[in-house]
Amino acid sequence: MRIAVLTDIHGNREAFAAVLADVAGHGVDRVALLGDIVGYGGDPEWCCDRAARLVAEGALCIRGNHDNAAAGAPEAMSALARAAIEWTKDRLDSGQRAFLAGLPLSHEEEQVLFVHASANDPGAWSYVTSDTRAAPSFRATKARLILCGHVHVPLLASCDVGGVVRAQVFRPGLAIPLLPSRRWLAVVGSVGQPRDGVAQAAWALVDTGKGEITFRRTSYDVAGAASRIRAAGLPEMLATRLLTGT
Amino acid sequence: MQLRPHTGLKIDGFPLGEKLHTGGFATIWDVTHPDHDLPMVMKVPTILDGYDGPTIVGFEVEQMIMPRLSGPHVPRVLGSGGFEVMPYIVVEKIDGGSFLQVFQKAPLPLSDVIEIAARMVHAVADLHRQHVIHLDLKPENFLQRKTGEMVLVDYGLSRHDLLPDLLAEEFKIPMGTFPYIAPEQYLRCRDDPRSDLFALGAMLYVLATGKMPWGTPETLRGVRKRLWRDPVPPRAIRPEIPEWLQEIILRALVVDPMRRYQTAAQMAFDLGHPQQVKLTDRAHKMKQDGWLQVFDRWRVMRKLRKFEAPKSMAAQMAAVPVIVTAVDLSPEGERLADALRNAIKRMLVTEPEARIACVNILKTARIGIDQTTDDQGNNLHVARLVALKAWAEAIDLPDHRLTCAVLEGPDPGQAIIDYATTNKVDHILMGARGHSTTRRYLGSVSAQVVAEAHCSVTVIRVQ
Repeated sequence: MRIAVLTDIHGNREAFAAVLADVAGHGVDRVALLGDIVGYGGDPEWCCDRAARLVAEGALCIRGNHDNAAAGAPEAMSALARAAIEWTKDRLDSGQRAFLAGLPLSHEEEQVLFVHASANDPGAWSYVTSDTRAAPSFRATKARLILCGHVHVPLLASCDVGGVVRAQVFRPGLAIPLLPSRRWLAVVGSVGQPRDGVAQAAWALVDTGKGEITFRRTSYDVAGAASRIRAAGLPEMLATRLLTGT
Repeated sequence: MQLRPHTGLKIDGFPLGEKLHTGGFATIWDVTHPDHDLPMVMKVPTILDGYDGPTIVGFEVEQMIMPRLSGPHVPRVLGSGGFEVMPYIVVEKIDGGSFLQVFQKAPLPLSDVIEIAARMVHAVADLHRQHVIHLDLKPENFLQRKTGEMVLVDYGLSRHDLLPDLLAEEFKIPMGTFPYIAPEQYLRCRDDPRSDLFALGAMLYVLATGKMPWGTPETLRGVRKRLWRDPVPPRAIRPEIPEWLQEIILRALVVDPMRRYQTAAQMAFDLGHPQQVKLTDRAHKMKQDGWLQVFDRWRVMRKLRKFEAPKSMAAQMAAVPVIVTAVDLSPEGERLADALRNAIKRMLVTEPEARIACVNILKTARIGIDQTTDDQGNNLHVARLVALKAWAEAIDLPDHRLTCAVLEGPDPGQAIIDYATTNKVDHILMGARGHSTTRRYLGSVSAQVVAEAHCSVTVIRVQ
């Protein structure tokens, strides 16, 4: 099965639409959204509705901390994220908020675990930023592959037969074999607000049959997304960071 | 691991036959399978009880790299299994067997050394083309097909340029086989294809002289010595070794990878054109460097932590392309030959490290005996070569980067294509003749080359 994994869309319509168009050209069997559909970006309604439509068509969608906050739950957040989420809350109607509130925190099928943040306690929203921080996720599940988001920088880690967890250096755009002798964890990177210095939407293509993952980047109308943020009166920093991907 | 291999065990449809070999890290078994009608062997890593890191990771690296390789120089993979039941990998059996026996007969007759060297370098060039650095080249890892091609086996220490390096973090000591390991491998570098060229150089040294260039060190200290101590020149051991062969061997064994051969293709090219190998002091050297020189090197090298590795394998291979230019030297072709030469000069601006091979085709009859001399009794081949060299002189390149060759054959297009294939050429530059009667009846040579060559082809026209 070929799964397109998208996460941390953050209300960036331009990036979301561009990635979905790219996905359509890759012949996937399933789309998985790993949460944070809203927050930061200037178009939360559109992104929410698009996600809901994808779910109606069979896609999987996980709840992220921003979705939780936008639905009304109390979440500890930075001032910047707080400002954006307050604005977002007012933009969403009750149906959209209910959609976000009803999303699951994690989902496992065919030995693949989908979760927004660290798998050991999905609701605690721990960041998986290194191999050390990936270790608790491996301990929490027997799944062969853990797919997550939350950190806007892609990461690939493996857990070998002896339980040693190591980050693996990889190149985007190339299929990386997920050796069956190890278990794997991939932080796929953010669609709507990449922070690894590349101003392109990040997503991943997983082929469970071949046992491969490809980290992909899709270019989108960055300037358009930034101007929407400005037009909405959101903090300027949210617009400029899109331009540099930081 | 639940199962241990033994004769009679059946796993995933492969019944194990006789045990063929017991190595340090694996056992090799004869196997068959109802779906595959060819001789096959199964390699089963010998995992010690408990956690045996090096063997496990080495086996994982093989499982990752081998299925991605293709062509005559690598064994075909037919199956593999994970650690849950019994780890194994099944590959085709290479009928000609290991190359170790041949090595044990070294020194070999020089004609054999040269012929074997060419086949070994071709196999390595093919592996590098597929983004893989072997990093453990030694005689045991070269097998031969009955058809003559060398097959490289044992990818447990290898590095795929485009895939994660599972071994990078795993071990803190240098990995490889001590007599053949390159200086940068001693310094823990795992991403330089030139390390394989060093190992090739060491093996050619053995084939030609019957001695190991640095003996058989058993400690890392012993391996480290090669950073400053030069080997005894091959010609000092066996004076009949030609200077050009010593030049090739010692150039492959240069300590600094930047001053070694830069690609396997370059090395193959020199082995194929012995008369045109540029001879340096290395070629004439008859004894090891004096103690003062060695001491100076030791002072620098003992502090060295790493050599500069190339940005990527692809970049390394693309930086030193071999470009072939096929020239028509007939009077009608004069304007085209000028245009071609200008095109090469322009190309050298963007490819400053390129090596240019100028070829001219002497067409021979398909049937019957050819005239090898003209009416005045001059040798046609020599006359062509002289004319070609005169034409090439104006390209203004140093000798070691310029080669001239007159190819003979009934089909000029095929002659160019064959030359490009055997010499691992990256780019062909040739002219297209205008609309002539010959072309209408015989078809265009350039069109044939464009259609059938394996590399890039640029066709130049005079307007």
